[in-house]
Amino acid sequence: MQPMTTEQIRALIARGKLKDTLFQAIGILCLGIGLLVIFLLVGDMLMRGMERLNIEFFTEFASRRASQSGILSAWVGTLLVMLVTAAAAVPLGVAAGIYLEEYAKRNWVTDIIEINITNLAAVPSIVYGLLALGIFVYTFGFGQSILSAGLTLALLILPIVIVATREAIRSIPAMIREGSMAVGATRWQTCRYHIIPYAMPGILTGVIIGLARAIGETAPIITIGALTFIAFLPPAPFAPTGMDGATAGMFDWVMSPFTVMPIQIFNWTSRPDPAFEVNAAAAGFVLMGMVLSMNAVAIWLRYRMRKNIKW
Amino acid sequence: MNHTMSAKSASDLHQVSDRLAHNALRNVNERLIELVLFAAAAVSVLTTVGIVYVLVSESIHFFQNVSIVDFLTDNQWTPLFDDAHYGIMVLISGTLVSSGVALAVAIPMGTIIAIYLSEFANPKVREVAKPVLELLGGIPTIVFGYFALLIVTPLLQKIFPELPGFSLLSAGLVMGIMIVPYIASLSEDAMRAVPMSMREGSYAMGATKLYTAIHVVVPAAVSGLAASYILGISRAVGETMILAVAAGMQPNLTWNPMEPAATITSYIVQVALGDLPHGSIGYQTIFAAGLTLLLITLVFNIIGQWLRRRYREAY
Repeated sequence: MQPMTTEQIRALIARGKLKDTLFQAIGILCLGIGLLVIFLLVGDMLMRGMERLNIEFFTEFASRRASQSGILSAWVGTLLVMLVTAAAAVPLGVAAGIYLEEYAKRNWVTDIIEINITNLAAVPSIVYGLLALGIFVYTFGFGQSILSAGLTLALLILPIVIVATREAIRSIPAMIREGSMAVGATRWQTCRYHIIPYAMPGILTGVIIGLARAIGETAPIITIGALTFIAFLPPAPFAPTGMDGATAGMFDWVMSPFTVMPIQIFNWTSRPDPAFEVNAAAAGFVLMGMVLSMNAVAIWLRYRMRKNIKW
Repeated sequence: MNHTMSAKSASDLHQVSDRLAHNALRNVNERLIELVLFAAAAVSVLTTVGIVYVLVSESIHFFQNVSIVDFLTDNQWTPLFDDAHYGIMVLISGTLVSSGVALAVAIPMGTIIAIYLSEFANPKVREVAKPVLELLGGIPTIVFGYFALLIVTPLLQKIFPELPGFSLLSAGLVMGIMIVPYIASLSEDAMRAVPMSMREGSYAMGATKLYTAIHVVVPAAVSGLAASYILGISRAVGETMILAVAAGMQPNLTWNPMEPAATITSYIVQVALGDLPHGSIGYQTIFAAGLTLLLITLVFNIIGQWLRRRYREAY
């Protein structure tokens, strides 16, 4: 091989640098496309849905006439379903996370549980819908209710909550546990008074991310057969139900039929009349607002946590 | 004096026995709590068992009526017509074509973003870019479906005027954008786990950043990259709403992304939107379809785990 002249070496270096720069440009371009999609989406939905984004939109039920339709039953339904989801997923997920980090012995049972959680995270969400259709709707007889939907979404986000809890617990140094046990605390007392409080911000972040995921899930809820046209609200606790002075029970609403934001959007996008596209855009903007603000809170929490905690 | 002594020791004894009782109670409590926590952890296993049980038991009923050979070889899928055909290949073709389009977008874009973020970007850019990517990944799929149907399809129709209003192409493209964050984030983690000394060695030999990234970092992180691609495939195969909204829901045995077609997932949605009686054959088809979907994701996951073990490099 012939030795290169200085010019050739310079040219080689310049070529290498050019390639580096080119690649950087492509990288920034790809990131830009992602950013562009977010802006395009939010912008388009805002522009299109602007005319419907007023108070009435939030206080009216869905209707046959696009211009009079609102999302009252949808946002109330979403709120109630999330309530059930959180009530089921948070205790279960946190307890499972604590068990796996603080109690579980290294044996095959623990291995199975861990492999299981990893695999569940990769199961398509619609399969959870089929599970719920078979188990919650027909075997347990919950029907197409808020309870069925909430439990389905709870199972769906359980892996997220468990993983977040475990990561939060794992970042607590062993000396905290040793200190607590050295003064005579039992394992549970250590968890109750030290591990859980310190892991709280991390757990909270995971819960918010999980709920943000659940709020936008459509497929499993459609699969359990949730109605798409609902023009009433679930009974409020102790609200009068009829003329004979009877009142609804505290938890009657969990068995009520419902609709949620994503289903309402799906319903409106799948209609041929373009007037409903405006509604879909407006509702989509509201849903995006919910999801993005939840994610923003989670990101902010994580950022604060990383900044504040120094063991 | 004697009297007080015995009283004192008696109260001591009391104290000791109290404490023992207390301790015993405490131990029982601890055991109980551990059991409760274990039960919570076992729910995840129960979920899996439940999924398999529901899908398999309903599918068994289905396959008592439809032969498995027809299911795999028939080239029509018309379970709700009088002349019923149950050829799952029709739905699988839609699923594979849309996933193929999605991955053709997501794998190059995700990998490039990951390389850029882990090897080129300064920490400030990375701090901003990662949350933005997370936000992109957090957008509800129904909103992406809206995006595909009302924004991307009209745009594509300007380039391909013959493109129908529903197509696998526009749904697949948007699905690809949706998957980019998953691939980018996992790949970036994998590449950042490659020790600095390997990069330094490469730089010391005079390699450029790009050369180092492609010839040193990527090969070292290949098992992590493979895992992220597999996750991307699972997401694409299981994605539902984008396809239900933007790809049309008519079963269509095609390998052409310019056509509308149903996928396994959008078929399930279509049936669920209708009013099929519990226990009918139409009702059972969605479980057979769901089982097929689960098996496809399972196969990809097994391949992924095998790749990980095969190409894992430990430092």
